[in-house]
Amino acid sequence: MDRIPILKLGEALLVTIQVDMHDRLAMALEEDLTTRIVEHAAKGVLIDISALEIVDSFIGRTLANIAMIAKVLDAVTVVVGMRPAVAITLVELGLSLPGVRTALNAERGMAMIRALLDDNGLTSADES
Amino acid sequence: MVMPSAARLPEILSRFHRQILADWLEILQPTRDVRLPAAEMDAQCDIIITRLVQSCRDGNVTDIAAPGFEPLREILTDLSRTRALQGFSPRETATFLFSLKQPLFARLRDVLAAEPAVLAGETLAASTLIDQLGLFMMETFQRAREEVIIRQQTEISELSTPVVRLWQGILALPLIGTLDSARTQVVMENLLDSIVRFEADIAIIDITGVPTVDTLVAQHLLKTVAAARLMGADCIISGIRPQIAQTMVHLGVELNVVSKANLSDAFALALRRLGKTVVTQKRALPADAA
Repeated sequence: MDRIPILKLGEALLVTIQVDMHDRLAMALEEDLTTRIVEHAAKGVLIDISALEIVDSFIGRTLANIAMIAKVLDAVTVVVGMRPAVAITLVELGLSLPGVRTALNAERGMAMIRALLDDNGLTSADES
Repeated sequence: MVMPSAARLPEILSRFHRQILADWLEILQPTRDVRLPAAEMDAQCDIIITRLVQSCRDGNVTDIAAPGFEPLREILTDLSRTRALQGFSPRETATFLFSLKQPLFARLRDVLAAEPAVLAGETLAASTLIDQLGLFMMETFQRAREEVIIRQQTEISELSTPVVRLWQGILALPLIGTLDSARTQVVMENLLDSIVRFEADIAIIDITGVPTVDTLVAQHLLKTVAAARLMGADCIISGIRPQIAQTMVHLGVELNVVSKANLSDAFALALRRLGKTVVTQKRALPADAA
């Protein structure tokens, strides 16, 4: 079965989704990522979904779940590179991913994780 | 129901073509208008009668949807479309065709005076035919008007949702007019595409030009804000007028988004968030004054 590669980059984990997500893959990613966060004591997770053209409510919910799990394990999650069409779809589905941080591209997402880690995790995820 | 027969109609029409045309134009005389040149109108009437003769000869006279009526329908479509665009009223357009009845019936009466039964049948058939053609013209007229309205709507919605780049990383979206779901869609797509194109961090949605904000409009605004956030851009809402602020509170609408009273405050906040400051420089004295 396919697995989505998870790369370690300093204190952060980098996940680049390059294939169309199906439900099994999303569940596998959730599990792998949880294990890896604990294994590397990662403080940040960057998920790049710029290649993702189709999302459904399940994938949307999985992303929210990953962010919540990461938060429990004391890591911040930033989802980057969401396409306009995908953003509209998620909003129309009623999934505005309130607990997930977002950035325009991987570069800015990485900068955001660094900035957050520099603040020693003093920032809370629910600020607007 | 017995279909009205019209065996003599085509023949009479074609025999008295000239006279009917002359009479018709005379009736139309008072309705002449600068919007339609006289020569053009004469030509149109002539063509209509000619094609009417052809159509009646080819097909029956009761069904104007028949293929035989194709040329006639074509000229009528063309004519009512032009008139709709020129701003003629429905009454003027309909009267134009209906006024053909008078000269036509007069001719029928002259020729068939000796056979009252045939005259009645022919008159009924001709009347039905012209009524149908008139209705067809009105439908086309209406459709042309609707097309104009739809086109204008699209133009308005395109023109009224510009995305302006205020600074590197700061976009402004001045909204003008009521937000319905169709427009929200256009606004959202425009904004998100611009966020990607300009790599924006902050988008200022200015609602000075939005006349009312009810629960539905607020929901549309929130959707736009949420979508922009998913793309990694923050939104600031500005330009909430006093009455609108009151209405929103009375309706219990909550935006849960940073909002500022006007665009300049929102812009100042955006600059501050990006770590930029505006300073007033001491103006250098002009060289000759020194």
